Amino acid sequence: MSGLIGKKIGMTSLYNADGQALACTVIEAGPCVVTHVKTQETDGYQAVQLGYGEKKEKRTNKPLLGHFKKANTTPKRKLVEFKTFEQNLDLGQTLGITDVFTEGDFIDIVGTAKGRGFQGVVKRHGFGGVGGQTHGQHNRQRHPGSIGACSFPSRVFKGLRMAGRMGGNRVKVQNLRVLKVMPEQNLIVVSGSIPGSKNSFVILEK
Amino acid sequence: MSELIKLVESDNAGRRTNFPDFQSGDTVNVHVKIREGNKERIQVFQGTVIQRRNPNSNGETFTVRKISNGIGVERIFPILSPNVDKIELVRLGKVRRARLFYLRGRQGKAARIKERKPKAVQA
Repeated sequence: MSGLIGKKIGMTSLYNADGQALACTVIEAGPCVVTHVKTQETDGYQAVQLGYGEKKEKRTNKPLLGHFKKANTTPKRKLVEFKTFEQNLDLGQTLGITDVFTEGDFIDIVGTAKGRGFQGVVKRHGFGGVGGQTHGQHNRQRHPGSIGACSFPSRVFKGLRMAGRMGGNRVKVQNLRVLKVMPEQNLIVVSGSIPGSKNSFVILEK
Repeated sequence: MSELIKLVESDNAGRRTNFPDFQSGDTVNVHVKIREGNKERIQVFQGTVIQRRNPNSNGETFTVRKISNGIGVERIFPILSPNVDKIELVRLGKVRRARLFYLRGRQGKAARIKERKPKAVQA
């Protein structure tokens, strides 16, 4: 598996050869810098740490500054570790889009979903609601209904789906086709939608 | 909108300049590419434009209505679609609203649209 760190730019549509309009997401991916190479001997496992996005030196703490200095690079905002990277990378090396992705690839994208706040079961878990307003029913259209039986088991089972905080969690979307790669602008266009808001960090994996 | 998104859309945006400036109420000929197996041919759909949605955006569409054998037919075309080969302006129509859904309830004489004079071109 190899990958890059990027930023969601927004959505638009493109036409394919058949003239169909495809919904797609524009992502700024890279350039990323290798900030750390972990090996079996020193760390007990193999991994590559990439950095993306500029950060002011003033706002970086001393330990991190030393970490970036070792890789001979400027402070980065986002650091992500990738296990089992396909290419052999050296410390301080810069990775662009074309080093990792090509048009027609299928890639996975990880992001943080938009926070939805406290939501009921219909939105949060896809419950059907009551599905009727007549027959004496008056104020329970979007309620969950029964949450258990009676004297046996006389408790509510753990893990029962109920209302609560929704969104803000890590979400991975798999198998998005790469429609377009624009190396000069560091842009990559994938079909479909990806989690998170505009300008949020995303991880692209292949 | 982000400049970067405009850049992604820019491939197709040039198509817009090939089309005449038409609006709701105008009668147009839309030349549509139709693919049958490996063969490609062009079919013309003539009718009245009854709406333009999301104008000047990448996803702009327009709806053309015609009466075919006494039955109303409407087709929606994405204006930047590669399948729309050509758009010809046949007749300018004078209407007082942007969406002509009232035409759906009318037939024959009641569904007529007055002709509009073309705007004077500025020198």
